Amino acid sequence: MFYIYCPHCEEHREEEEFHASGEAHIPRPLDPESCTDKEWGEYMFFRTNPRGIHHELWVHAIGCRKFFNITRDTQTYEIKEVYKIGEKPTITAASVTAAKEV
Amino acid sequence: MSDQTNTAAFNYAQTINAMDQRPVSDSGIEGHSPLHHADLAAMAKAQQASTGTVELTELKLRGHIVLRGKLESSAFTQGVESVLGLALPGTLKMVVNGDISIRWISPDEWLVVVPGERTFEIEQALVNAMQGHCAIVNVSGGQTILRLAGSDVQKVLQKSAPIDVHASKFPVGKVVTTVFAKTQAIISRTGDQEWELVIRRSFSDYVWLWLQDCCAEFSLVVRED
Repeated sequence: MFYIYCPHCEEHREEEEFHASGEAHIPRPLDPESCTDKEWGEYMFFRTNPRGIHHELWVHAIGCRKFFNITRDTQTYEIKEVYKIGEKPTITAASVTAAKEV
Repeated sequence: MSDQTNTAAFNYAQTINAMDQRPVSDSGIEGHSPLHHADLAAMAKAQQASTGTVELTELKLRGHIVLRGKLESSAFTQGVESVLGLALPGTLKMVVNGDISIRWISPDEWLVVVPGERTFEIEQALVNAMQGHCAIVNVSGGQTILRLAGSDVQKVLQKSAPIDVHASKFPVGKVVTTVFAKTQAIISRTGDQEWELVIRRSFSDYVWLWLQDCCAEFSLVVRED
């Protein structure tokens, strides 16, 4: 079980209260009409499945009912960071790799 | 339309048609709490003399009004304050003034609980006091409140909800929306050994049955509202 920090309630809550809503940072194409089938299909159905750092969208479903993002390591399940919608993650796959090389 | 453009032009009172949802007193229709079938009043009468470590009171037929708006909007926050005499509480806080209370639900949502007979009057006053982008919704029919008081209530909550209810983490005046048994409840601590649960109407019977089952090892008594 995760023990998740909700950035809106400003405290940790049990995973029971939350619901995962898939990968974060997937922008909807600005002009869907002019998308090729491939572009639209990739937006609609294709998701990354990284080993390591992954940015996810979660909702505090039984709580404040707000969405927010979680940066999670898919290997260790460790939650690295929690940030609100509209904010940028400070921990990314690139930043972790860079830190290892130093 | 953005918030900025509609603040001046948008008049909430002219747009929203609030109506009294309570039956007129001489209509012959009686408003019932969702726990009407359980006949808590009869139980309370029978248990009048007994004492218990969990005392249950249904605060029935209160007016529940959901407010949504932005804290940055002074037209919203001042409107609420002028009508209710209470400032909107911050994160996970509940404020009480006599028989009116406000619970924080989310960063842009609050639950106002008022005496049932004053619901429409207060709803109208709020509608008239508000300017700008906000929402005022009467949800009185959708939920009810259970007050639990006594020395074993903390244990009942520990059995039912995945939150820390110890006084160091859950002081008086705190409110959380969380899982309660297999449903949800807005749990607030109103006293050292006194708690209030706002529960969904459709789950009220389930919660009532759950509490009876849960309190089998304690002593549950029902009190009159």
